[in-house]
Formats: sequence, structure tokens, C-alpha cells
Amino acid sequence: MFVQRGSSRSRIALAGALSAGLVLGLSACADSKDDGGSGTVPASSLGAIDCTPYTAFGDLKGKEVSIYTGIVTPEDAPQKQSYKPFEDCTGVTIKYEGDKAFETQVLIRAEAGNPPDVAFVPQPGLLQRLVATGKAKEAPAETAALVDKNFGADWKAYGTVDGKFYAAPLGANVKSLVWYSPKEFTDNGYTVPTTLAELKTLSDKIAATGKKPWCAGISSGEATGWPMTDWMEDFYLRLNGVDAYDKWVKHETPFNSPESTKALDAVGEYLKNDKYVNGGLGDVKSIASTTFQDAGLQIIEGACSLHRQASFYAANFDKNTKVAEDGDVYAFYLPGETADKKPVLGGGEFVLAFADRPEVKAFQTFLATDTWANAKAKVSSGWVSANKGLQISNLVNPIDQLSAKILQDPNAQFRFDGSDMMPAAVGSNAFWKQATNWITGQDTKKTLDAIEAAWPK
Amino acid sequence: MTTAAPLTTTPVATTETKKLSAAASAKAKLTSPWASLAAVVLAVLWTIPTFGLLITSFRTTEDIRRSGWWTTFTNPLFTLDNYKAVLDPEQAGANLPDSFLNSLVMTIPSVIIPLCLASLAAYAFAWMNFPGKNILFIAIFALQIVPLQVTLLPLLQLFVAWDIDGTFWTVWLSHSTFALPLAIYLLHNFIKEVPASLIEAARIDGAGHVSIFFRVLLPLLTPALAAFGIFQFLWVWNDLLVSLTFAGAPAISPLTVQLSNLTGTRGTAWYLLSAGAFVSIIVPVTVFLLLQRYFVRGLLAGSVKG
Repeated sequence: MFVQRGSSRSRIALAGALSAGLVLGLSACADSKDDGGSGTVPASSLGAIDCTPYTAFGDLKGKEVSIYTGIVTPEDAPQKQSYKPFEDCTGVTIKYEGDKAFETQVLIRAEAGNPPDVAFVPQPGLLQRLVATGKAKEAPAETAALVDKNFGADWKAYGTVDGKFYAAPLGANVKSLVWYSPKEFTDNGYTVPTTLAELKTLSDKIAATGKKPWCAGISSGEATGWPMTDWMEDFYLRLNGVDAYDKWVKHETPFNSPESTKALDAVGEYLKNDKYVNGGLGDVKSIASTTFQDAGLQIIEGACSLHRQASFYAANFDKNTKVAEDGDVYAFYLPGETADKKPVLGGGEFVLAFADRPEVKAFQTFLATDTWANAKAKVSSGWVSANKGLQISNLVNPIDQLSAKILQDPNAQFRFDGSDMMPAAVGSNAFWKQATNWITGQDTKKTLDAIEAAWPK
Repeated sequence: MTTAAPLTTTPVATTETKKLSAAASAKAKLTSPWASLAAVVLAVLWTIPTFGLLITSFRTTEDIRRSGWWTTFTNPLFTLDNYKAVLDPEQAGANLPDSFLNSLVMTIPSVIIPLCLASLAAYAFAWMNFPGKNILFIAIFALQIVPLQVTLLPLLQLFVAWDIDGTFWTVWLSHSTFALPLAIYLLHNFIKEVPASLIEAARIDGAGHVSIFFRVLLPLLTPALAAFGIFQFLWVWNDLLVSLTFAGAPAISPLTVQLSNLTGTRGTAWYLLSAGAFVSIIVPVTVFLLLQRYFVRGLLAGSVKG
């Protein structure tokens, strides 16, 4: 491979190239400043807040709190802006670090002994694993009191491990939504369904016109299949009730029980129905090859009428598309079996601290207040919280207002995305893969048996 | 691309087969028009995805989402918006210009440190005698089989204990350690092939180890150093795993880390990736093209003289 002579010119050139690069690199190092992006809305628009709750934590001027989270662009800018009132009050600097590989890296960091002060954990299952490292700290009493006041007991339970309360809820998203085109509905005289039976009738009505009513896509790189798990969870909640759902998630009823079969078959009536899918994209099998980001765009193209996807799907529509009740696209609540039963499937993040310094406690407390939720609402688009103190009028985006209304509905029974709570071998592996096999032709029994077999003993 | 060369070489080959050297017969076989055609076809096939990526990086968001890049041939519509978005920290949410410099700051020492250490170590293993030399060399050779993934957690614990966590040192040290076994092994084999008479002549002239290394061997080593330098540069520049673990903080994160975050929390901005990819491959392509010229010249110079 190598020969023995090199001309001295080549050596000089190599050395020159490398040293020039080194000098350039080092001078650049001296110039580069630490700023991880900046906000667009001036923080002053958020106004001053009541600083008295934080005086109890002592003088915090000049202290730093580091955050590590999977929330990256473009959702990170509003996050940073919403901390400004706290920073102004206390003199604490918040160091924000967003990383899409958060879910694996945070475990490595916790185990290596350099965890961040605060991590925003998007899955209760991951929260339990982080607490199991022994590095996490319980939430301070001030935070716990605010969570009791501002959040439902179900939300507090997701942040509790072994009877100890660790993590207050931060943001939330609603997954039980069906996207549709308001204009198409008015033009054709369709009405938003309020029961599952009505949803079926509506689908049949649209299918009778020769149009395929539903579009779906479950491709998402290595996570391909996750939108299918949401479909099944939504129908499990609706057909079997919240109590059965809780047992299913904890594996107190087996994954291949009759309840599961009922739920998956109900999904099949929509997604494995050639008359219903896949609007603008092909046949049933095209669901597996369409990315989840692209599937719902068919509503704008007019090739599809209904698309079941979470509130965060709003970010996929381009800037010229108006997402509103009187706009190009909007969503309705995926109805329950009857109009008064309102199970809601969703997700969210939880604030887990790895330090118990006063400034960290003060910041945790700030994030649990309705003051923060409202400040965040004003600068965000595509964000909502389960905080009961959140004023819906402060939310800018119509779809966020809808999500907040659904979350705050007194009849609503919120349940966290089941695949995020099941063991990783099922929730982020077998469930995804078997759901993908199911859509490409595997039968329901074989699918559910395979997932049950994958459950860690 | 194809030439008339086979017409002249084929008859010669039939009559004087035994006289032809191995190199000449290889040349005769490789310069057939079919081989050239195959090479061109392979090159084109190999380039198509990159070419598609290049075209995609100049298309509008809507076009990228709605149709394939090949439709631009019938419906050309190009824009620089993707590049503007990627390079503007406010829009991309990632500071690509800064992380570009971070990548340079990380990569250059991560190439130079192992090159310096490995060439000295390789000399010692090749031309010096000391007890335990063979065992030590086998140990270094064997270290190549350790997958770097298993070292990440212990290394991070070590860095935390040394309190250099979150600095460039973590990346420099880890990339250097990962590179050393292969570098020492490669350079050792190279140095071992230098004729012993050359070293002996230098010794008779009164040269010690230091002057033998710097004045006799180092000039000869250049092609090997360039070759390993290129490999190591490309490897470190494109590395994501090590940087994610040790240098995830925004202040020191390299291009690869920022690129992976560019698509947004739920991957909605994936159309920015093509432009981001082209920003990040500027340096490796430049380095490869510039250094490859010297690398190849070094090879040729060696083969003619020696």
C-alpha cells in the first residue's frame, strides 16, 4: 500500500496545510462565542412577573442552571424565551442544551456522573430508568405543592417513582386528534363526528363519493411503526375504557388478550380497508412506506379527508397553509364510543433534576407555576401544557387552543402514550415492528402473539 | 475515457508474454475498453445519489416534499433558501458557522497528535531493541479489536473525574487513543520496510536515533503519514458518536452534532438536511482533493526511484 519515498515538496505542503489549518482553527476557537441560538420575540413582551416566590431560595445572582433536553429547533427558541422572566427575577443564567439523541445520551451522562442540573424527560419509562441510576433528586416541596394545585392527579402520578415524587410535568401534546379540511366539510355538508359510530358513517359517506377518506403514514426511520401504536392505543382506550388500558400498559392483562384483538381489529376496519385508505398515496401497504410527516399533507392536496395524528403535526404544514377552524386544515377530537366519554391519549415532558442546589429548586418551582405556562403560551406555536392555570386565550395557535380545551375538559380522562411506558423491548421495538408487519399483511393474532412474546419476563 | 491502447498491447502480449512484467500485464488487462466502460458506469451509478442530494439542496421546500429531485429536469425551479436557512443561526436554531470552526478545532489536533505519537512509537518498534518489545507490540496490535463503543462510558467517567469534561480535550484525547493502535501498526510496517542498509549508513555517519528519525526516516514516511492523515481526518470530521457523548454542549459541538439536530424535534425540517450535508462536506472534499494529489505523487515518486 505504501512506498518508501516522498518528495520533500509534498512533506512541506502537508505540513503547511495542517499548520495553516491549525492556526485558523485556534484563532477561530478564540473568536467563537457561546451562544446556542437566540429568540425572535423580545423578552420584554412577556412582562415582569411576581418575584416573591423565589426570594425564599436565597440570593441566586450569578448562579447557573443547565438544562438538557430533546427539544431542539424550532421549539427551543420559545423555551429559552420563556425563562427570561425567571432570569430577570433571580439573576440565574439558564444554559440550554438541546439534543435529538437525548434519550440515549442522558442515561450515559447520568451513569458517568455528569448529568445536567435539569433534564426534560419525555417518557415515564425513561424517567424510571433515570431514577434507578440513583443520581436523580426528588422534587422540592415547593414544586410538589404547585403540581398538586395546577395539575391533575394522573399527571402527578406519571412523575412519581416508587411513591416518591420526582418530576413535575412541563409540556403536553394531544394525540387523539383527526385532521381534516374545514372547507371540504362545509362544501359537502359533513359534520364533525361526536361518537365512533358517527366517524364510521362519515367515512362511509366520503368513501361512497369514490374518494378514499383516510390517509396514514407510519414510516419514521428506525422508529417506523410508532403512529400505528398510537392508533391502537386510542382505540384500546375507547373500546375497553381507561382502567383496562392501565392494566394493559402495566402488562396485568396480556398483550394478546381479547381486548387487544378488539382494539387492533377496530383499527383494521379503518387502515386495512381498501375503500378507506390510502387517500392520494396508494393502497393499504403504502401506509408502511409513507413517512408520517408527509401523509397528512394529502388533505391540502384534496386527495384525502381525514388523518389521525397528534397536535404537533401542525408543524408539518408549510407557512402558506392556514391551520384554523376557518382555514385550510384543522383537527377534531377523535370521538369516544359515546359523546360523554372522552378518553384522551397524549404525551408530555417531565422536569427531572439531578441537583438540589437552591437555584435548581427555584427553577423547578418556576416551571411548575401557571405564570410560566402562560408566559410560554404567549411565545409558542405548537405547544400546550396540562397546567390548569393555563389561560386558553394566551395560546396563539388555534390547534393549541383546541388541545388545551381537550386537556382541560372536566370529562376528559387523560392517559399517557402506552408505548412510552412499556419496557423498551416492547414499546420502542416489538410494538413498532409488529405493527408495521400487521399493516403489510400479517394477521391480528400473529401480531399480538409476537408482541406478547417479546415482553421481558 | 477509452483509448486505442489495447490494439497495440494485445499482439505484443501474445508473442512476448513471458517478457512482460506483472505490472505491464496488469496494465494491459485493465486498459480494455470494456473495463473503462465498466468503470465509467460504476462511477456514474455511484455519483447519482450525491448528485440528487446536490439538486435537492437547491429546491424549494414544497418541491422537496411533493416530488423527487429528478422532476427538476422538466420543471426547473431553484432557490438558495435552504442554504440561507442552514447558515443563519436564528432560522436553523443551530449555529452552523460556529460548529464548523468547532469541527476544525477538534479535527486538526485529533489528526496531528496520533500522527506524531504513532510515528515515534513505530520507529521504536521497528528499529530499537528493548525488553518486552514484541509483547508490547502484540498488545497494541490487539487493541484494534476493542470496539470504541464499549470505552465511551468508562472514558466519560474518567474525564469527569479529571474535570476536563465539556472541553475539547475530551475529543482530542479520545480520538487520539482510538487512532493510535492502527496508526502505530501501519507506520511500523512501513518503517520496517526501509532498507536496513540506509539506517546502518546513517549510523556509521554518526547519526543517533533522533537524527535518523528526523533526517532519514521522516522524509521517507511522508506518503504514509499523508495517507493515514487523510483517513484520520475524514473519520474524525464525520464522527458523530464520540462527539455526541463528549462534546454535545452547544459551545463545543461539531458540525455532525448540529446537523443531526437540524431536522427539528420531530423531523419536520428534514428538507434542510441536504443543504446542511453540503456545507459539511466542503472541508473533507477539499482536504481529500488537495492531499490526495500529494499522496499520489508520493506513491509515484517512490515507485519510479525505488
